[in-house]
Amino acid sequence: MAGPIPVTESRIPANPKTDDVALSRRRVRPWRVVAGAVLALVAVLLVHFLVTNPRLEWGVVAEYLFEPSVLSGLGTTVWLAVAATVVGAVVGAILAAAQMSQFPPVRWAATLYIGVFRGIPPLVQLIFWFNLAYLLPRISLGIPFGPEFVSWDANEVITPVTAAVIGLSLVESAYMAEIIRGGLLGVEQGQRDAARAMGLTPGQTFFRVVLPQAMRVIIPPGGSQFISVLKGTALVSVISMADLLHSVQVVYNRTYEIVPMLIVACLWYLAVVTLFTVGQRWLERHFSRGHTTGGLTRRPNKMTDGASA
Amino acid sequence: MTTGPALRVRGIRKNFGEHAALDGVDLDVADGEVVTIIGPSGSGKSTLIRCVHQLETIDSGAIYLDDELLGHERRRGGLRPLSARRVAAQRSRMSMVFQQFHLIPHFTVLRNITEAPVRVHGRSREEAEAEARDLLARVGLADRAAHYPRQLSGGQQQRVAIARAVAARPRVMLFDEPTSALDPELVDEVLGVMRKLAGEGMTMVVVTHEIAFAREVADRCVFMEAGRIVESGTPDEMLTNPRTARLRSFLARHRDTDTTPQEPVS
Repeated sequence: MAGPIPVTESRIPANPKTDDVALSRRRVRPWRVVAGAVLALVAVLLVHFLVTNPRLEWGVVAEYLFEPSVLSGLGTTVWLAVAATVVGAVVGAILAAAQMSQFPPVRWAATLYIGVFRGIPPLVQLIFWFNLAYLLPRISLGIPFGPEFVSWDANEVITPVTAAVIGLSLVESAYMAEIIRGGLLGVEQGQRDAARAMGLTPGQTFFRVVLPQAMRVIIPPGGSQFISVLKGTALVSVISMADLLHSVQVVYNRTYEIVPMLIVACLWYLAVVTLFTVGQRWLERHFSRGHTTGGLTRRPNKMTDGASA
Repeated sequence: MTTGPALRVRGIRKNFGEHAALDGVDLDVADGEVVTIIGPSGSGKSTLIRCVHQLETIDSGAIYLDDELLGHERRRGGLRPLSARRVAAQRSRMSMVFQQFHLIPHFTVLRNITEAPVRVHGRSREEAEAEARDLLARVGLADRAAHYPRQLSGGQQQRVAIARAVAARPRVMLFDEPTSALDPELVDEVLGVMRKLAGEGMTMVVVTHEIAFAREVADRCVFMEAGRIVESGTPDEMLTNPRTARLRSFLARHRDTDTTPQEPVS
């Protein structure tokens, strides 16, 4: 406990002329001055390094930034990330539902799936899928242990593209399942009761009432997850798929301009992630509709206006 | 219409684990009748109407709405549970008002009211909206149609919830302690709306702590304790001259604290 409160000037009897907090001056905050100075110094050093270090070769960066092969690699990276996220979200939603099933075997299966695909490093999974043809030389559709209808040579089906999509989607679905499940659990039971009480079917209850509310909780970690996958696509360069990283590697293997080419890749990764983050903020606002008290927390005049949000 | 009661509850039991929440309850509610259910916390009042509305399954007994068995069908000489969709269809003929309102937060007030008429009862959006605006006017909230629920006070939200429940044109309305979550000064606005509904001949089952309301509006009052109906009768005879000691002591405790204690949802 603190000792007795020292007698300060505020103990002096009230003075109606000067006692008005509107007249008080700003407090001096010395540590803010120190922190500001340190940050400014770091910024200057960083800029100095970026501008004066000749090995960064900014000319080369500019030359290759819009190189067609790099842009095509960027395109591959983006569509791969989008594909893995979409497939991952759909499969993840099914897994989340399975984990909440009343029927234990379905729960166990979902838990096993998530455990396996979340537990093995994505790089290992990609190499594994790429080499699937060794394990399963032929892939066929038919009745189990019965006749086959169609079959393919696994070596033709498993290209870098299919291996990458399958591998990344499996990993992504395992993570999305947990994120979606968390979002669904966050919706209060009363909302389900109310939707059912209105006579909505289980499907209507889920898609019209529960899911939109769960989205508020799903989107922030789901967005981080998309960013993870986008960066995770760099792994597919090991199975020689022409993604962004692979496209700059092809150039620097020829020219040995490793650092500037990696900067090209970094700039594009950052650009895509930044753009996506803006989109994510918009989505978050969309799904937070009705979840703020609106006029009650905003400026008071909004409330008297009748806040028709 | 049928000659039997609108709602018929026959010997229902409901266990939560070892605990018998409902221990053999019989109740008939006639067309246009208003029944209030009173009783201490945990006596099974809320569970009873949640079972009636098929939000909980029952372990034994039967519930009928206009002589139609709820939740099960007779097939091959025995009873089979109905699919969730068919239960939803049966449920849509009743509506429920919850203690915590449970309006859908991302729907506007208007959309909360029109959702069931449009999605469940297949009415056109124009018709549903016109009726919803009409209902909002009747509960005194005509100017709040475009608001979101969180922008309203508790009493206003509950009046919207009642409008939502009426919009489904239900055969029976169930109220689960509709004023227990409200600040005392907001209770009257909600009771006023309910009084009006009762006056218009709506069939209602109301779980409540408002003894005065139970006496004034109810055609019949039911006192529950430990999952059973202990006493029932017209509010006057029952609340003025309780026959059982348990109802007497319940009423004595409630006279002192008539502004409803907050009770957690069971």
